[in-house]
Amino acid sequence: MRPARGTVAGAAVAIVVAAVIGLLPLALSDYHRSTGATVAVYFIAILALDIVTGYTGQISIGHGAFMAIGGYATAILTHDHGWNDLATLPVAAAAGFAAGVVVGLPALRFHGVYLALTTFAVALAVPQIAKNYSHFTGGTEGLSLPSHSGLWLYEVGWAIAGATFVLAWLLLRGRTGRAFRAVRDSEIAAASAGVTLAVYKTAAFGVSAAMAAVAGSLFVLVNSFVNPDVFGLQLSLYVLIGAVVGGLGSLWGVLAGAAFVQLLPVGLTTGHLASSQAVPVIFGAVVIGVMALLPLGAADVLRAVLRSASTRGKHSETPLGTEGR
Amino acid sequence: MAALLELEDVDARYGPVQALRSVTLAVEAGEIVAILGANGAGKTTTLRAISGTVRRTGRLELAGRSLARTRPEGAARRGIAHVPEGRGTFAELTVWENLRLGAHVRHGSLKADARRVFRYFPWLEERRSQQAGTLSGGEQQMLALARAFMQRPRLMLLDEPSLGLAPIVVAEIFRILRELNAGEGTALLLVEQNARTSLSLAARAYVLEVGAVAFSGTSAELSSHGSIRRSYLGY
Amino acid sequence: MTRRGRPSTSWIVPLGLGAVCALLAIGSLRSSLFAQQTVSGLANGGIYASLAVALVLIYRATEVINFAQGAIATFTTYVAWQLMQWGLSYWPAFACTLGIAFGGGFVLELVAIRPVERRGSVLSVVIAAIGLLILVEGSIGWIWGNEVKFMPTPFPAHIYTVGGVAFSRQDLSTIAISLVAVLVLWLFFQFTKVGLAMRAAAVRPDAARLVGVRVSWMLSLGWGLAAALGAVAGMMAAASPSVLLQPSMMDGILIYAFAAAVVGGLESAAGAVVAALLIGVLLNLVTTYVHFVGPALQLPVAFVIMLVVLLVKPSGLFGRTRVRRV
Repeated sequence: MRPARGTVAGAAVAIVVAAVIGLLPLALSDYHRSTGATVAVYFIAILALDIVTGYTGQISIGHGAFMAIGGYATAILTHDHGWNDLATLPVAAAAGFAAGVVVGLPALRFHGVYLALTTFAVALAVPQIAKNYSHFTGGTEGLSLPSHSGLWLYEVGWAIAGATFVLAWLLLRGRTGRAFRAVRDSEIAAASAGVTLAVYKTAAFGVSAAMAAVAGSLFVLVNSFVNPDVFGLQLSLYVLIGAVVGGLGSLWGVLAGAAFVQLLPVGLTTGHLASSQAVPVIFGAVVIGVMALLPLGAADVLRAVLRSASTRGKHSETPLGTEGR
Repeated sequence: MAALLELEDVDARYGPVQALRSVTLAVEAGEIVAILGANGAGKTTTLRAISGTVRRTGRLELAGRSLARTRPEGAARRGIAHVPEGRGTFAELTVWENLRLGAHVRHGSLKADARRVFRYFPWLEERRSQQAGTLSGGEQQMLALARAFMQRPRLMLLDEPSLGLAPIVVAEIFRILRELNAGEGTALLLVEQNARTSLSLAARAYVLEVGAVAFSGTSAELSSHGSIRRSYLGY
Repeated sequence: MTRRGRPSTSWIVPLGLGAVCALLAIGSLRSSLFAQQTVSGLANGGIYASLAVALVLIYRATEVINFAQGAIATFTTYVAWQLMQWGLSYWPAFACTLGIAFGGGFVLELVAIRPVERRGSVLSVVIAAIGLLILVEGSIGWIWGNEVKFMPTPFPAHIYTVGGVAFSRQDLSTIAISLVAVLVLWLFFQFTKVGLAMRAAAVRPDAARLVGVRVSWMLSLGWGLAAALGAVAGMMAAASPSVLLQPSMMDGILIYAFAAAVVGGLESAAGAVVAALLIGVLLNLVTTYVHFVGPALQLPVAFVIMLVVLLVKPSGLFGRTRVRRV
């Protein structure tokens, strides 16, 4: 049982953060607002990955593929069939969910590194398939979409990010969340405790993929453009880096991770602190540094800070983070 | 004159649990000493403390030089051969490769050492290409001893060499240990639950209880002292 | 806790491989196109094999998939290019590059990986490797720029004709060099003291420490050797007419190397070599004969091969089936 003070502190922090995010665009230029929207995209994608990797322990390096599915769904429906942007999101989510279940089922047979590499291969294969079937997807030239103001993108992006955060929080604090964590910590123990492994693992993949698909849709809207390279390897890697640097198994770490992978490179370039050639070198070095100093990610630091700030007494915690924090 | 191995006031912990409290013991060159006690008394931890496999504080010296900063790789170089719980054999490698690894810290040709080893363990020579994991328990234990012997150590640390083995095999192993000690002058520090057999081999013994030395003395003293035998050694 | 079981004694794998070889032989005898594509497929496979063995080397010792292996290979190939720009001729540059690659790999492990390994889990080391990938590929662009460079080939164009079939010297030499590299490494591991120490450190690091093996140095050595193997792969790739020397040169090849390593069973170098050759040949034949598969679909085809093998044998062709215990 979480002590009452912890819940209040957590909720207070959430409200403050939400307020900051909500009011931030007032201080930003249009360009920066769309950067902020991209952070929201990464937020959702990293959250999606965290559900599968951080909470059920199935390693996936392929979320770029699910993002591609959502992104192309939105692009094709808007470009070729004139749908309203936001209306495509549920379709993207459904397509993502279906894809997630399709991937999740055979994934039951693979473990650890084999699963990681298989998802990695999926992430690479999907853009290649998109390139090949260019009459559907517009091939390498891609599809262009009507653009939106930075403000619209920011608000929509963070509204959806907020909604998915709440959804994830509700999902993870209850029985499903406990089942997920049980699967992560010990599959065998979980199975013997009556958790139907196949159902929960596949469900996790499905939900995760649905979220990633929505992130992909948003990504396409932010860029007003899609082609196979948009969802290439780099995206999947950045989402994974964001998830681990932020801290797996922690919802707050997701925010830290998303900020890290988007704002660090962008900040270096726009602040003219480094030439565009040097940015990946610095980014890579920082990632290595963070892994050396904070192997459990930023969430570790956040947890320590919150712990000392909120309670002085006993504090029941699961080893990898408290529920919802 | 200082003993070959001296421990004084050695503490060791596993996280919050203190495994050794102020352990003091000594082994003379060429001596056979046993460490006895119940499960969890700290016998294995004592050996780990000596080889540097576990973090410890206190005074530890080998032939007068401190072991305090020595890690396991260094302990091997200083002449300590630690045969751990589970024997530490490389199951995936062949018998001969295991022996070669035993001699890792030595330089020069292995031929002479190999000849000596095969004298003590003749059957090893025929089985040199056999994968070590396919040997029986007793054979693996003997391979572990042979491997330790290839190192030409001054001190052998043996963690429960009789564990899981039939009495007849145990007798054979102890016979070989006695020969090694007599023929090569290698000191042996033996951790055992099988107190009776150990006391027949060792000259002296320490009895550990909850991480501290409860009793020590010669084997004769310990086996003749009825109440100690019954309470601590189980027979 | 998982424990490694004995290698699988199933007859399916040798039988399957035998059948594939038989099919390839028959096909080659009946069609010169088939033979040519098989040989050039083997040449590609040789390149994948070198990189795949590098991956297996590091995985066996640390359970880490080194995502940066391809980028390191590309970097060392650029170094070779640079040495040639400065006047060295091909083979001396090749030899120097191998040495530089070895040293570089050694230092990289020391500086970038060891600090992470000390405190983190396998996953954090993998992320560090990904960070390294970004760093190394970025450095290539930073130092040399992103434009394509021209890498001379050491094998002047020459065609050998056997029974009416034309084979290029390029292909045959690539196969030969890749196999020699892997063979030399095998000899090193089997017959030298250091090689044995490295194997011991990879399978049982704690027991290895007790016999005096400095396990952390063995890991650095492993990275050095892996980098050297990668350099061989990189230079063979750059010499091939269809591959351009650019920062992303080895990205695709890395994927095929992964597939080969996985299909072979991540802990078996021999398996990786066999799988790499197979993948190289199969990909070539499929793109030649199956017309709806364009070059862009090569990657998904490799993925399908990998998936099929894993579904049948989840631990790869030559992998040890792991016994999962509570």
